[in-house]
Amino acid sequence: MTARPEVEEFDHPDVVVVPHGPMLLRGATSVQGVDGTVHDVRRPVVALCRCDKSSRLPFCDGTHKVIPRR
Amino acid sequence: MPKPRGPLSEWVSARLATPVDGGHAPSADEWDDECIALWTLHEMSYRGFEDAADDAEWQPAMLGVRRELEVALEQRLRRRWPGASADVTDVPAALEALVTADDGPSLADHVRRRATTDEVLELFRQRSVYQLKEADPMTWVIPHLPTRAKAALVEVQYDEYGGGNPNRMHSHLFARGMVAVGLRAEYGAYVDDALPETLELNNALSMLGMHRRLRGAAVGHLAAFEMTSTLPSRKMVQGLDRLGLDGPMAAYFDEHVEADAIHELLAARDICGALAEDEPDQAAEILFGAFTCLDLEARLATALLTSWDAA
Repeated sequence: MTARPEVEEFDHPDVVVVPHGPMLLRGATSVQGVDGTVHDVRRPVVALCRCDKSSRLPFCDGTHKVIPRR
Repeated sequence: MPKPRGPLSEWVSARLATPVDGGHAPSADEWDDECIALWTLHEMSYRGFEDAADDAEWQPAMLGVRRELEVALEQRLRRRWPGASADVTDVPAALEALVTADDGPSLADHVRRRATTDEVLELFRQRSVYQLKEADPMTWVIPHLPTRAKAALVEVQYDEYGGGNPNRMHSHLFARGMVAVGLRAEYGAYVDDALPETLELNNALSMLGMHRRLRGAAVGHLAAFEMTSTLPSRKMVQGLDRLGLDGPMAAYFDEHVEADAIHELLAARDICGALAEDEPDQAAEILFGAFTCLDLEARLATALLTSWDAA
């Protein structure tokens, strides 16, 4: 059999850990924070805080950009 | 249509109202005249005007004027750009470096600490020229992109447009904010008050969006815009609280804290990064677009802060 030309299959992960940044999460409908509160998610992708300094935990608010990198 | 600001915009408005073939457009007598003429021509490709003929959008004489003004605008923007280093391999990192090095004046800092209510309302009038059609110029770019970058741009735009819910569409959130602070929310309401710096910023965005050739610059502009939005949006919320203008307008900026923390990553990595991998000749163009975004924002900020004696 002759091989057909391949059309590329792209990586499209649901969870992406961004270096020095938040964790991107695709397709979630709710997220529970450390205090137990469950937050509804209404957008296709959310960014979850990984630096723990966000003013709107569990979501990223960009604060990681102004704290020194470890 | 907006009020003409000189012979060129007067000619453009008259021809859009009553299309006539042929004839030569007069030269603009000032930058302001040129800016409002191009803004008016571009607007024919968005929502148009009640007092303009719809088919004037594609009228050859009108396209000719649009072309001349766009060539001049692009030359202006490219002259300011110091250029990218010869070999940009990591576009997201280069974008981050560009944004980090940006030391342009900050309107958000002024709003947070010192701005008066009148100054904030003036800022919203200026911003409304874009914000009432927020995200629209970037929608032109979708068909100009290869598969990965296209999918990522749609992911961002879908969120900008409220995920299909008109009440959550960012331009609509801004309209609600405008009414809540006592301003008008109709599309184009404050164009006659727009500074040339505001119009030029809008014209550049429309031009980058509409021209396939400028797709790299368009997504670079998007990345720089999103990468400089999250922290300033927080400052805007703090400033509005300080002035007792909390409510829908503060909610609009609050939405951008969370949304743009996501969009900036998608824009830098999945849109710009992927485009540069698929079309390496676009890497420098992406940085040109990002520089242009920061440069035009800085010029508007300087103009406003100077007029408030706060520069």
